[in-house]
Amino acid sequence: MASSDTQAHESGEVKGPATYVVEAVVACVVMLLGVVVIYGSRELGAGWTSDGPGSGYFPFYIGLIMTIAGAGIFYQALFSKKGKNTDVFVDGEQIKRVLSVLVPAGVYVFAVEFIGLYIASFIYIALFMVILGKFSWVKSVIAAFCVNALFFMMFEVWFKVPLYKGQFDLLSSLGY
Amino acid sequence: MDELNSLFQGFAVVLTPMNTLLMVVGIVLGVLIGVLPGLGGANGVAILLPLTFTMTPTSAIIMLSCIYWGALFGGAITSILFNIPGEPWSVATTFDGYPMAQQGRAGEALTAAFTSSFVGAFVAVVMITFMAPLVAKFALKFGPPEFFAVYLLTFCSFVGMGKGSPFKILASMTIGFALASVGMDTVTGQLRLTFGWLELMRGFDFLIAVIGLFGIGEILLSMEEGLAFSGKHAKIDSKIVLETWKKLPKYWMTSIRSSLVGIWMGITPGGATPASFMSYGLAKKMSKTGNKFGTGELEGVIAPETAAHAAGTSALLPMLALGIPGSPTAAVLLGGLLIWGLQPGPLLFVEQKDFVWGLIASMYLGNLVGLIVVLTTVPLFASILRIPFSIIAPVIIVICAIGAYTVHNAMLDIWFMLLFGVVGYLFKKLDYPLAPLVLALVLGDKAEDAFRQSMLISQGEVGVMFSNYLVGSITSLALILLFWPLISKVLAKIRPPKKDEFEADRPIE
Repeated sequence: MASSDTQAHESGEVKGPATYVVEAVVACVVMLLGVVVIYGSRELGAGWTSDGPGSGYFPFYIGLIMTIAGAGIFYQALFSKKGKNTDVFVDGEQIKRVLSVLVPAGVYVFAVEFIGLYIASFIYIALFMVILGKFSWVKSVIAAFCVNALFFMMFEVWFKVPLYKGQFDLLSSLGY
Repeated sequence: MDELNSLFQGFAVVLTPMNTLLMVVGIVLGVLIGVLPGLGGANGVAILLPLTFTMTPTSAIIMLSCIYWGALFGGAITSILFNIPGEPWSVATTFDGYPMAQQGRAGEALTAAFTSSFVGAFVAVVMITFMAPLVAKFALKFGPPEFFAVYLLTFCSFVGMGKGSPFKILASMTIGFALASVGMDTVTGQLRLTFGWLELMRGFDFLIAVIGLFGIGEILLSMEEGLAFSGKHAKIDSKIVLETWKKLPKYWMTSIRSSLVGIWMGITPGGATPASFMSYGLAKKMSKTGNKFGTGELEGVIAPETAAHAAGTSALLPMLALGIPGSPTAAVLLGGLLIWGLQPGPLLFVEQKDFVWGLIASMYLGNLVGLIVVLTTVPLFASILRIPFSIIAPVIIVICAIGAYTVHNAMLDIWFMLLFGVVGYLFKKLDYPLAPLVLALVLGDKAEDAFRQSMLISQGEVGVMFSNYLVGSITSLALILLFWPLISKVLAKIRPPKKDEFEADRPIE
């Protein structure tokens, strides 16, 4: 990943956010989280109560260290003596590939809520193979069916661990 | 010789047909996990954990630890044949393993890797057999301050021994602790840091984090690289195996040295990867053919593999004897113990003798079974990597979703898994270590309990951490490790350090 980044960078074709910017943003998120934890633990009582340290006692220090660490990362990202890391964090092509997995995965999880794990997985695997893998419909449907049949046997039949069937249980006719 | 008696009793517990079958199943699943991109030891065990809920604890731990051994073996297959380290600790194996495969000596390299893995694990198990009861007996004297000092040592050693920015290690660790404290407070019963969101009452389960961070994160990373596998073919037959075995005794010194390095580093958290690099470096320095390292030397495969396995195995010692895991995978196994109602720690050796010695006996047998299984089935597993990524990727995401769901039968957990996946992808790209986050998430509650109890004893005086020699020295050691990044800078000014030539290659865990 690092090597492909630098190669692409040298050829001067790619555009994308520089790594130090992403570093700084993530550092800010870490700091923010730290502040949230500190705030939350102070609400709970970060001090000493009648029966010992309060609920927020330990998380308070955790939040404190987190904030300091975030500040440290922020400083290192922007003001380090070694200079800023201006490598492209992720270029357009790469982020497209990542999103082409992440977005369908999100849709898939959303679908699981309604039609359950088995049917959603079947559709997800089949569509993934057809659209991203350029497989034929027949092959994709067969592969997706086999994988899900195997899972069904393994979880429902052999190990007796019921999986989520969704709000509309389309498999109820199978009796599991 | 109490240990030997107990060990033989352990063998008697393990050697039932059912358990032997589970062992083989575990190894095969483990190698599969080790070979598939996106599934590693930690998240593989996490996903398969729910399958063992209905088993007895002994059978369950046998199967899970065998998955662990299998994953350790499997890492070597991808490193040697495909130049893709399946696990961080197999990176050093690629240095000489892949060149050997390119020269058509893949079978030799694989045999050497598997055999030395076995040797490393065996030496480490022998050490565990005799050391674990002693450590446990010693730890029986521990009070809350001592335990907190050991937790402190565990986490500080991440800072002291880790690579990369110490701030990032601290950030990752505190995020783990903060996530661990979400939910019901174990002492007062108050709801903490849920900000009024009732679904968060359960808190964040570390299994979900492990599955998301390592599983989904890894898939996203592989996808970004537009992964196309191009591997070497491997043929292993009994002739190659026997020929390689004939060559191995020549390297006995390397094996012993690497095992010792592995055991020593493995007890400390996150030790397997530095152990494999250190062992490779030592072998290169001490070997007569050291200058040929990197071009396909057998010794360059033996050294890192032996050390990585010795370290991976001895990571179970602190998990069993103290209840403090040394690696994310050991942490998942510890999570399993808790789910089956066993409390890991010194008392385990007193109260659950059958279980402990069954586990230790299964370490011996599991590694032997593992060696046989991998030697006979390598071509099969190598062919799995030739399945196109566009089939593997959705299947692994589905497996991860199933794994995340089965932990608590909660839909929300699948969303969290996806979220952790994005975090894992970002953190991996920005060189944040993930192991401290996972370990903090697992140990958060227990570390906090130990801290609060210590504070109660001392009425808020931090001085309790130095109240006697034992707790004082552990705490001091922890503080030295915590400030090691600063100390080493000062030392470097006084005396310039030797350059670590493999520094750049070592991955951040």
